[in-house]
Amino acid sequence: MNATEITNQIKHTANILNIDKWDYGASFSNDYSVQVDRGAAKQLKASQKQVITLRVWNKENLVGITTTSDLSETGIKKALKQANIASEFGNKNEFTDFSPLAKDPIQVKEIDKKNPLGIKKLLKILREAESKLIDSHEAIKSIPYNGLSESFYERIYANSDGAFRNYSKSQAALYLYARAEEKDKKPRSSGSVKLGYGVEDIDIESCIKEASKKTIAHLDYSSIKTGKYLVCLSPEAFLTIINAFSSLFNARSIIDGVSLSDKNSIGDMISISALNIYDDGLNDKNISSAPFDGEGTPTKKLSIIKKGKLENFLHSESTAKIFNTIPTGHAGLGSKVSVSPDWLVIERSSDCSELNMSLEHTNYEGEFVYIEELNAIHAGVRASQGSFSLPFEGWIYSNGKKSSIESATVAGDIKYLLRNIVNIENEEELTTSGISPHIWISELSITGDE
Amino acid sequence: MVSSIINTSEIKFGECNKKLLEEVIFYGISLGADFVELFIENSDNSSVLAEEDFITSVSPSFGKGAGIRIFKDKRDGFVSTNDLSKHGLMRSISQAIEMLDITEKTNNSIFNGLNKLKDYSKSKINWINEVPTIYEISEKLLLSTKCLKKDNKVVVRKGSYSRNWQEVIIASSDGTYATDIRLHQTVGLNLIANDAQYRSNGSRRFGSHGIPNEFRLWDHEKAANEVYESSLNMLYADYVQAGQMPVVLANKFGGVIFHEACGHLLETTQIERGTTPFSDKLNKKIAHESVTAIDEGLSEGSFGSLSIDDEGMEPEKSILIKNGILKKFLSDRAGELRTGHKRTGSGRRQNYSFAAASRMRNTYIAKGEFTKEELINSIADGLYCKSMGGGSVGATGQFNFAVEEGYLIKNGKLTKPVKGATLIGDAKEVMPKISMCGNDLELAPGFCGSVSGSVNVTVGQPHIKVDSITVGGR
Repeated sequence: MNATEITNQIKHTANILNIDKWDYGASFSNDYSVQVDRGAAKQLKASQKQVITLRVWNKENLVGITTTSDLSETGIKKALKQANIASEFGNKNEFTDFSPLAKDPIQVKEIDKKNPLGIKKLLKILREAESKLIDSHEAIKSIPYNGLSESFYERIYANSDGAFRNYSKSQAALYLYARAEEKDKKPRSSGSVKLGYGVEDIDIESCIKEASKKTIAHLDYSSIKTGKYLVCLSPEAFLTIINAFSSLFNARSIIDGVSLSDKNSIGDMISISALNIYDDGLNDKNISSAPFDGEGTPTKKLSIIKKGKLENFLHSESTAKIFNTIPTGHAGLGSKVSVSPDWLVIERSSDCSELNMSLEHTNYEGEFVYIEELNAIHAGVRASQGSFSLPFEGWIYSNGKKSSIESATVAGDIKYLLRNIVNIENEEELTTSGISPHIWISELSITGDE
Repeated sequence: MVSSIINTSEIKFGECNKKLLEEVIFYGISLGADFVELFIENSDNSSVLAEEDFITSVSPSFGKGAGIRIFKDKRDGFVSTNDLSKHGLMRSISQAIEMLDITEKTNNSIFNGLNKLKDYSKSKINWINEVPTIYEISEKLLLSTKCLKKDNKVVVRKGSYSRNWQEVIIASSDGTYATDIRLHQTVGLNLIANDAQYRSNGSRRFGSHGIPNEFRLWDHEKAANEVYESSLNMLYADYVQAGQMPVVLANKFGGVIFHEACGHLLETTQIERGTTPFSDKLNKKIAHESVTAIDEGLSEGSFGSLSIDDEGMEPEKSILIKNGILKKFLSDRAGELRTGHKRTGSGRRQNYSFAAASRMRNTYIAKGEFTKEELINSIADGLYCKSMGGGSVGATGQFNFAVEEGYLIKNGKLTKPVKGATLIGDAKEVMPKISMCGNDLELAPGFCGSVSGSVNVTVGQPHIKVDSITVGGR
């Protein structure tokens, strides 16, 4: 069966079961991945996956849902029946409907069709990359976390009202995390991740160089004294923080009471006026872009914070209805529809009078902590309280010299952080989760070993 | 279109598939594989969410799939598929053979057919019919969220339930042929309290394996009181001041630190990667002599218990550390092949789409001789970590854990609550500093994410004292 046939199969079975209103999201994928260990193939994986999430509306307009990987006639029938039973427990306080935009035109990026390279070629490329990275410095003994993968997938959304949309894509990823050891010193680890539409798009040499450079740079480490420091967040670290606290502009979180914002927060100044934040899932540089969300709503660019003011929330169909607006293309597909950002773009606004432009991480000579990467986000972020306490990889700079920090955490509060930005550097950098410049914070608490 | 949609299945659960499975395995061996393993799964899951006084989500799901693994020398290739037809399984075997670049039959492996079926599912056939209905679950979840409504400081109340039912068939070229049914149920409560600028969270999760009636017996009132009390205690708490200090870690989920910081380093996958500092420490001292640590899959009803692991082996009780001496690593088939450590019945995976790896089951520090009070009394200035949040361990063994509910210890007594604390260290340095173990061992369920996906585990310990650890704060 193809996407049209499966839609017809659902339509036919729904008719038999007397189900008038339904929609579904499906995903079909072929994935290949390899890992190596000092030249030897460690694990080679391939998978063929299919999954479909079906929603049905009962006569009281309550929604029920089922997810299955069984797309046989029997499987689809069982899924529709189960969803129908689940609809008896549908949320009576919040009616969900089809997205009013589910038939609007979508922008599907034109991307050259990629063909699978196959496991053997992936293995050869990764072996060479591993070998080059190990050879790049005598202290690098192994690359314990590494992988090269390619994925080919198709996503579909259709509903009983005639909406039907699909797209096919490919994506490849390379990650190399090296471990370096020197006598009488603790082991150090760092790495790099690169994405592309296919393996041929990935800049493998730059991934190797970046992983090597970062790992080696951390070999000369020292403890940091516990205290408050001027902090520069790398583009990746700042995006990590904003994504972790995206409940600030997530309508679902606001309705659920787990956000620091409320329904009336639009227009509030939540950061200094020099900050703009967009969600831009369709950005040309976003390898993972999707032209529509789980409810079939087209993806679009949305301004979230403009000159420090909260300008828009992210919405699904049901949250948009509650806020008397339209969906923004950020919904999942579930019994309770989730909402999440796609791809954030951070930039300096035209109003930068509050910024101290002399703070540039490449040439500032005063003391500051440079946070390259934040870890353990799932454990160290209390989004509903606004607080975080996170381990990080980074350096302490003093008088133009830098020293890797052995083991430390940074703690703070998101509202404080956004209001105490003291510089947004001019140059924006592309990361795997968005685009951002380096961002400086006047003061954050750092806990070290001393 | 990237793949044709699969709609055939020749695997029948609950019946004998021996001939078909033998054919598929023989096909792999005949093409030159040293070893062939099939893991076939049928799942039926359900989850329910109650928010405030309403059910807001009911999400059933079901599916079937197979994970096929082939070994050649010390290499392995793994293919997963939803296609359970004979053609689909054969195609997966061919794909795995091609991956490993096996071009001719150079193995000496002989496949003598599958052994007699070991049916671990016999007494479990009715579990799926004995679990509570969605009506029962909804009713009880709503009672539990109602119990959280203590006063107007409580602004968010949630109760969630999930049930995972899994039927598996495991067959491999060494003759292993087994079937089993697993049933995991969890229920969690979550509360947010708010008063002016103060805000706190409270949460607890409970879980069991193989007890269909467990949710019906769950004491929701007690659980709700515990969650409420915890969040209210923390509502007005100050941030903890960072520094080095002695800490007492509570029992039950306090064991998550041992699980994350030390347990993972005792899995053979870590030896293979070269990321454990303990690979050459077998029969050497790695912890304080008061520490004995165990991993097992046998405790009845515990979340990490199993009748067979995902490679068809019955689990054993593995004493990992005895009086501070490292005695054993947790090993799976690939671990045994690549590191020489014998399998321990620890080959586990989230589902058919992952290859099994050495993973923990029920992991805990054994009880000692002290009371909780004796541990606290021994500290002049430190921290009591009553409830732990999540944490992580980096590639160099450094760990970081959030303390959800903490209290300062002053002159041997618990004093004011503090928030924002994190415990930072690495296992090699911290294990020798566990100087006192309490006599109140208790276990708690959890989910562990790692190389073979998210698996159900139990963590546990008695109250323990760590002489000195870095506490992150403000």
